[in-house]
Order: sequence, then C-alpha cells, then structure tokens
Amino acid sequence: MSVAEASPSIVPKNVRKTALNAVHRQMGAKMVEFNGWDMPVEYPASIGCGIVNEHMAVRTGVGVFDVSHMGDIRLAGREALAAVQHISMNDASRLAIGQAQYSALLYPQGTFVDDIIVHRLGEDEYLLVINAGTREKDFSWVRDNTRQFDCKLEHLSDDFTQIAIQGPKAVDLLQKLTDANLSAVKFYWVTRGTLSGLKNILLGRTGYTAEDGFEIYIPSDEDTSARVWYEILEAGKDFGVVPCGLGARNTLRLEGNLSLYGHEISDTINVWEAGLDRFCKMEKPDFIGRAALEQAKAAGLKKTLVGLEMIDRGIARDGYKVLDAGGREIGYVTSGSPAPFLKKNIALAYVPTEQAAIGNTLLVEIRGQGVKAQVVPAPFYKRPKKT
Amino acid sequence: MPYPTDRKYTKEHEWITPDGAIGITTYAQDSLGDIVFVELPKVGTEITTGKSFGTVESVKAVSDLYAPVSGTVTAVNEALATAPEQVNKDAHGSWMIKITPKNPEEQNALLSAADYDKFVSEEAGH
Repeated sequence: MSVAEASPSIVPKNVRKTALNAVHRQMGAKMVEFNGWDMPVEYPASIGCGIVNEHMAVRTGVGVFDVSHMGDIRLAGREALAAVQHISMNDASRLAIGQAQYSALLYPQGTFVDDIIVHRLGEDEYLLVINAGTREKDFSWVRDNTRQFDCKLEHLSDDFTQIAIQGPKAVDLLQKLTDANLSAVKFYWVTRGTLSGLKNILLGRTGYTAEDGFEIYIPSDEDTSARVWYEILEAGKDFGVVPCGLGARNTLRLEGNLSLYGHEISDTINVWEAGLDRFCKMEKPDFIGRAALEQAKAAGLKKTLVGLEMIDRGIARDGYKVLDAGGREIGYVTSGSPAPFLKKNIALAYVPTEQAAIGNTLLVEIRGQGVKAQVVPAPFYKRPKKT
Repeated sequence: MPYPTDRKYTKEHEWITPDGAIGITTYAQDSLGDIVFVELPKVGTEITTGKSFGTVESVKAVSDLYAPVSGTVTAVNEALATAPEQVNKDAHGSWMIKITPKNPEEQNALLSAADYDKFVSEEAGH
C-alpha cells in the first residue's frame, strides 16, 4: 500500500509552524501539511488518541486543539461597523459588545472569499477570525474593500496562539484555569479574563466541532503557548481530556454540517447553493455580493448541498462523483468520511435541486462502482440540549 | 521495531509468508490510523506483482493494497469485513488474503525483516 501520510521529522521548507509545533512533535503527533501549515492530524494511540478516540472525547468529554493557523483581522474606528457591514453578509449591527456571529466575505458574484466569525469586541472594534489557507487573500480583500471607511485595519494572525477546548466538559475544564465566569457566557459570546496567570485573555464560546466549548487567544510566544497547552491537559485529566488533531476536527465538523472552505464553499459556490441563507441578511444595507445573490435567487437554484448517508458498504470521499439512480453523473461529494460518533458513512454533496429531497436514493461512484446512498437531513449530528 | 523474520516485505508495506498469506505491516497500520474498511478480491482472482489487489481505508484516507508477488487468491479473511480494526491491533497477525504464488521463487527478491526495518526507518526520516 502507499503510505502518503507518514510524518517527516524535518518540517519541509516554506511550511509554516504554530508556536506549539515542537509540542505536537514531542507528543508524537502525526504531522501533515494543511494549507501551507505543518499541523498535527492525530496524536498516537499510545496516549489514548487516534482520530476515533479524539472525536469521541469531544462528543462525550473534552478535547483540545491547536488552531493557531486560523487568522485574525482587527477593524477599529469610527466607521468600523460600516466597513464590516460592507464586506460581511451577516448583519453586524445586531451584535452587542461581546457578541459574535458566523458570516462570510463574498465576491461581487455572491460566491465565497471565505467564511468568518465576526466578534464585536468594543463600541467600534471588530475581530474577524478567518481560515488558515486564505489568510493573505482575506486580508488583502478586507483592506482593498474597506479603504473608503474611517477605520484602522490590523492583521493579527501571528499575534495569537489560538487553542480550542471543545466538548460537554470544556467549560468545567477551562473554569479551573480562569477567573472569568464561563457559565455566564452564552454560545457565540466572548469574555475576557485572567487565564493561567495571563491577564485580559479573550475567551470565546465558539468552535468548529458542533459541540459546546471555548476558543482562547493567548500570546503566541512558544514558552507561553506550551505552558498553557500543558496546563489545559493537566487541568483536564479528571475529565479524560485528549489532544486532538485536524483529523478529528474534520470528522467533528462534518457530523455537524459545518462548511470547510475549498470543499462546501469556494469562489464558485454561492450562498444559496451552500445553504447558508440564515447567515446572509439581504434586508441589511448593501454589501458586496448582494446584487448577484438577488439575481441568483430570482433565477432559481440549480444545485444544492445535501447530506448523504451510505446505504451499501462503502465510504464516500471528497471529490467522488454522485450519480442518479440510473447511473448518470449529477453531482459530486464535497466532504465524505466515516462518522465516528454516528457510526455511519456520511458525506456532503452538491446535487441538482430536483434530486435533493430527503429520502431520495442516489449512487456514489467508489472505484468505478455505483454504491447506494440516501439523502438525509444535515446536520447529521446535533448536540443534546442542556437540561 | 521488530518485524517477524518468518516472512518477506515490500516497500509498499505489505508482507507475505512462505505459504502465501498477505497482510500489511505495523508501520503501515500506524501510518494509516484507525482502519475502518478493507476491500479484498474474491477467491480465484489472479493478482499481479505490484498491481492493486484491494483497498484499505482509515478514517482519513484510502490506500491501495499492492500484490507482493503474482498468484491466485485461495482464501480471503472475511473477519476483516466486520472487524477491520483488527489490523490496527495486530497487523502481523491479520492476514488479508492467501494466494498460490505463480512462481514461488519470486518471493526471494523481496525484503527481509531487517531490510524492511531499515527501509521504514529511512522513510520515517529517523
């Protein structure tokens, strides 16, 4: 067989490292290149890890991820809100100070520059959290399209080590390390507090796992980053915490139907096709992409993103063809994988709208064979409501 | 890492015993991670040296299985259809297929346990 995933002990040139890179290697993580970054895909079975165990820890306990490859753009000043409103499809005027929202930067065609989280940190201060692979593109886009506004733009991506603590026990774990009252922070809100002796740390109740949890933003020097990482693991021992890599991050977000740039969303997919209507506020003042989206809506939707569950034996993978029941090619898989918590083989795929009805039987072409799959509701997984 | 000396190895990380049992190595299962699916040929299938005879899938990746030598499949380990994780637990004890080799001397050209060990150490960059 071919072992393409083996981790070289020397980081290839021109590949970027987070401040926790040495920690990951010391812990025995399998490293891969992801969007130009040398990142852990999974930690070793010898410490209770591996994608399945890491995934299950997040669904049932708590897991910790280094997500420092994510980027950060700060907009501040008198017209910061107007600038954010112009480039972001969600309505930032609805944000109270300390509140966050999922949104996207769009091209004039109504397709995606990137998906983002907009945090309102102060009266006229916003923080956009952006994807690793699109950092430079996003920053240029934001800079070029906000010149007319009176606000200051800063690219803070390298200033933070971003760590995600995710799972039903995430709040209990993190509360051991901070004086901030975490249970008072609602989902998609942020607070600040002292964490592991570091003052005024931004703590956001956000994540990419379809689970409860926090993402924290600490200084990006290696010593501080490593110290906090190990303190989190130590504090989480009673909760069975495990470090988690990009492998589990992908299966977790897939179960939760959370889009991944370059897969479900891209510069050729528009908002309606991606099914992100509820984050796109057509009634707010004009924003880049709005006119095209209005036209697209009037023209009607040709293809749409659906959830698929494999009926017959086989795993749909990214890029596989989707066929109708008669074997004619009609679409493609954007993300597909075994779902460790659901114990099913699931996928997201673009298909013509007339084939998108729940219960419709389709085929996924796997190594030349059409393997039966069914259209099912997405998200595949919803976290249980707290009682 | 000790590799059993009762068999031969390939640079594609398969092993084959003198009686024609074929599987993948501990190094291979470790690189793949959690194995969730093994697709194997039917009894009677002809396999050809260096050509794919099946597929092994982990949560994150699909990998082809390559025939160490040419031959005819005489048995398939059906247990792996329902318990593919067995390959993670005991790669060297989990045969996938058994074959009757076309040319029994073909195995002589494959790697010994020591040579394979050296090969994977270099591949892993240690």
